[in-house]
Amino acid sequence: MTPRWRIWAISALVIAVVAAAIYFPILRKRLKRAARLQQQSEEQARRELTQSLAVNPGDPRVKTTLFWRSDTDDATLVPVTVELPLSKDPVLRSKQVLNTLLAGPVDTELRTLPPDAVLLAFYLLPDGTAIADFSEALATSIPSGIVSEQLAANSIARTLEANVPQVQRLKILVHGQEMETLAGHLDLTGTFVVNTKLAQLPPNPAPVASAPLTPENSPGKLAQADRKP
Amino acid sequence: MLLDVGNFLQIRYRSLFWLFWLILVGAVLVSSSLPPSVAQQPAPSTLSPPNPSLASAQSPQSGAAGSVPPALGTQTQRSGLNIVVLDPAHGGTDPGARGTGGIRESEIVLDFATQVRRVLEQQGFQVVQTRQGNEDPSFDDRSALANAQRGAVFVTLHISSTGLPGTARVYVNSDLPAVTDANGLIPWDRAQAPFLGLSRKFGDLVQGHLSQRFKGSPETAQTASVRQLRTTAAPAIAVEISSVTVNDRADLDRMAPGVADAIALAVAAFKPSYVVPNPTGALP
Repeated sequence: MTPRWRIWAISALVIAVVAAAIYFPILRKRLKRAARLQQQSEEQARRELTQSLAVNPGDPRVKTTLFWRSDTDDATLVPVTVELPLSKDPVLRSKQVLNTLLAGPVDTELRTLPPDAVLLAFYLLPDGTAIADFSEALATSIPSGIVSEQLAANSIARTLEANVPQVQRLKILVHGQEMETLAGHLDLTGTFVVNTKLAQLPPNPAPVASAPLTPENSPGKLAQADRKP
Repeated sequence: MLLDVGNFLQIRYRSLFWLFWLILVGAVLVSSSLPPSVAQQPAPSTLSPPNPSLASAQSPQSGAAGSVPPALGTQTQRSGLNIVVLDPAHGGTDPGARGTGGIRESEIVLDFATQVRRVLEQQGFQVVQTRQGNEDPSFDDRSALANAQRGAVFVTLHISSTGLPGTARVYVNSDLPAVTDANGLIPWDRAQAPFLGLSRKFGDLVQGHLSQRFKGSPETAQTASVRQLRTTAAPAIAVEISSVTVNDRADLDRMAPGVADAIALAVAAFKPSYVVPNPTGALP
């Protein structure tokens, strides 16, 4: 190779490297954006699917109490009454009220749950323990902090208490998994008291070895009377 | 001149042997004379607890059966608040709450902890921090640091993502049934249970001082299901400052002296009433 051709080859290589260095970040951004759009569309599809399953226009319209953030004190919840067609089946009814809670109030500042969170599944065990499985957005999109995480769980528990008397306790899962915390603060390893009347019964501690953290007999696990709106 | 090489090496090895022993004995003497706050700076799992009755208190990660000895046995306990365990939350890959202006909770709470520590040490308390830099110990490792102490209180520091900026809230753990297993040990998962009453008292004291300094803050401590508190076998509270949404980090930095004073005053006020509960959770 003559020196002239060598210079041309090296120049071409340098240009290719510079072009790649410029293009690579752009490509990475596009890939990230595409992944995000895909994730959002999946969440949207799931949301539409679960909502269409949960809402049945044939159900009788009843007054439903939902708990959202107070507009005067952002550390407390306030009950809001709306009319909704609700099923008599406790599982369907729970899905309906939780989907409405997730859809959120008109004023987004009063939300307690992230707008992109979805209820993936809901089960009710014979002993009254409800298992609510939410999408990952519940943990990843919620503002991190004790207040915000506690309000999120409280709003779910209080809304279920007000509308589905069969639910005694609530276990929150995220994408089918038990999480240690919601977003770094709120303990998700136990169950939350939903029926506060049950919580006022005398404590009946379960055997330690067989029981994880289930302080359902104690008045206070998320259902503190002093914080109940 | 001829050297008796064999004899020379023998003498040299003997000297080295005695030198080694001198160094070993010296090291043992020095380490035993160190105060607990210095000796306990390494990872919690490697601590040798000062309280022999807590010698088996290990976090689940460190391989124990997941239980804590009933804090301090059934014998009469003295008022023993000597150590304050400060826990700057988050750290490492977990920045905690993040503000739009690049404010990271993990960094700010570390600065807060430094100021709180300084004020507490001025008052004569020993202070142990769960992290000194940008590490992220597990919840259990942080708790283990307090559980290995005798007469400690635990304060975990947080900055919220929401709430009225310039206010501060104190949280104590939600109620947990106080139970012990067949051997009289408190399950690790419920280590906080016997201390809830003391935690509430301590939390109310801190919150009272905070409400005097930061208008809009509640006057009494709130209850929340805070993971970090559940496994802590000591009076334990979470202090959460509002919030990372401030436009300027200086707004938060200005709160640090007030928070430090409030905690230090509350610790001093709490000290006389700190009597360790018996295993059933009842206060003596």
